[in-house]
Amino acid sequence: MIRFEGVTKRYAGGPAPTADGSGDGSAVAVDDLSLTAPTGQITVLVGPSGCGKTTTLRMVNRMVIPTSGTITLDGRDTAALDAAELRRGIGYVIQHAGLFPHRTVVDNVATVPRLLGWDKRRARDRAMEVLARVGLDATYASRYPAQLSGGQQQRVGVARALAADPPVLLMDEPFSAVDPVVREQLQADLLTLQQDLAKTILFVTHDIDEAITLGDQIAVLRVGGRLAQVDTPERLLAAPADDFVADFVGRDRGYRALAFQPPPRVDLTVEPTVPLGATPAQARAATSDGWLLVVDSAGMPVGWVRPDQLTAAITPTDLHRGGTVARRDAPPRAYLDAALSSPSGRGVIAEADGRLAGTVTARAVVAALPHGIPDGAATQGDSARKAPRP
Amino acid sequence: MTWVWEHLGDIGGYAVSHALLAGIPLLVGLLIALPLGWLARRYPPVASVIVGGSSLLYTIPSLALFILMPLVLGSRILDAINVYVAMTIYTVALLVRTVADALGAVPESTRQAATAMGYRGFGRLVAVDLPLAVPVLAAGLRVAAVSNVSIVSVASLIGYPQLGYYLTDGYQRSFPLEIGVGIVGCLLLALLFDGAIRVGEWALTPWARAGR
Repeated sequence: MIRFEGVTKRYAGGPAPTADGSGDGSAVAVDDLSLTAPTGQITVLVGPSGCGKTTTLRMVNRMVIPTSGTITLDGRDTAALDAAELRRGIGYVIQHAGLFPHRTVVDNVATVPRLLGWDKRRARDRAMEVLARVGLDATYASRYPAQLSGGQQQRVGVARALAADPPVLLMDEPFSAVDPVVREQLQADLLTLQQDLAKTILFVTHDIDEAITLGDQIAVLRVGGRLAQVDTPERLLAAPADDFVADFVGRDRGYRALAFQPPPRVDLTVEPTVPLGATPAQARAATSDGWLLVVDSAGMPVGWVRPDQLTAAITPTDLHRGGTVARRDAPPRAYLDAALSSPSGRGVIAEADGRLAGTVTARAVVAALPHGIPDGAATQGDSARKAPRP
Repeated sequence: MTWVWEHLGDIGGYAVSHALLAGIPLLVGLLIALPLGWLARRYPPVASVIVGGSSLLYTIPSLALFILMPLVLGSRILDAINVYVAMTIYTVALLVRTVADALGAVPESTRQAATAMGYRGFGRLVAVDLPLAVPVLAAGLRVAAVSNVSIVSVASLIGYPQLGYYLTDGYQRSFPLEIGVGIVGCLLLALLFDGAIRVGEWALTPWARAGR
């Protein structure tokens, strides 16, 4: 558990603080922050630039020394510990990974174990283990950081932070420099990793979507380093504390809130399907409207075809792959997204093992939503009706 | 050309002597410049004093420095120590700024990451800063090496034998071939030093070749 108690960071000689500042010529980066990051959970610090979120993070491992207040790690005051020893016990991941360019991947990851005095062999064995854990193939171990993609470097950065198995991880915008597809994958992998490892993670981002995806708890900071609200993602979306938070969590918050609700109780429609390789005649016989769902030999939905446009047996290149697939136990947002993204207007719902369970329309998902859903969401659902074509 | 063949043994001996007079101060100068450059980097207020002061040393004419050395060191006028010390001063003069620049070329994010991993000051310097400073350091070292080879030849004026002897002797005897031997010898030696430093750099920076 990381606990901030009345922590303030003031830089001397900076520009005077904004409007309400005392005008003493010092800049306040973090203002009287009290916050607890619970053990085994991800606490996200989010806010616009200049809100002191990175300063807050860096005060935990004493890369920045607080002006006043105390920070405790599992009850121990960090100010009383030797800074280097403290840092060896805290994983640290930064933007662009911050890898050592002159060391191979495996030696980068082995850094902290080596600093802790492990012998080279054991440190490397451990590094290889952690690399596998973050999803990097062993063949990358002997490469240099410059030979990896941004996403791979970031994985190495996470592996390096985890190598000595520290209870606490600090992550400073670790995924903001990689492209959106890779970022999503890294986020998903971090959550998977976290399920096993249950680290106490303090994660800094300026991206509210990332905060909502990853956070068990989100702390929104405003410019000048003041805490605006600390809450679970659900609560933050449902009940922003003030205009600043409401504005910051964004206009799509009604839709995003659907990600935190239990699966909608809707009856799935049995969808006619054909397997890959089916003939045009088979497809035209099976279809009920302009679109037909295709499954592979294992019964997994692979995409939609338009039977009237088929000239030969169905191959993977014939498939329309625009539709997303929602798992049966997914929240309403995934159901709705599946329906809205499907060319037929019927969202594909799969069992946990990936086999087709049935389909559902956006209208049915919206109808199944509990009370308190903004009208906006229902309107979106209705507009999806025009998607099916004759 | 027969003159060259007849004197090949002498030329070789002078070349070795020249190489030692230029090379040993290069290494000693580097060892002195490393902490000075680090200090300049670490404490910006003293940087101008250290870097400016050392640059000033380089403006002292070499002949004057060679002649001054016995007075300062209390050594005999023909003692090799005079040349070694003078050349070391020139090397330090050139390398202090190089070391400061080389350490400054290490990316701030890398430095920060190293500190956050739990490196202490000296450990970080050895494990992270210095290895990453090698490319800039090597570039400065090559300039200093070539400069040393050139300046050492002046020592022949105070009678200390090396390849520079062929320049003064050839001039006095109006013997162009001998002067040519001195020039070519210095050139080859400079190329040798340059090549050796390149090889050293190549061996120390496998990472810099990666990903190209």
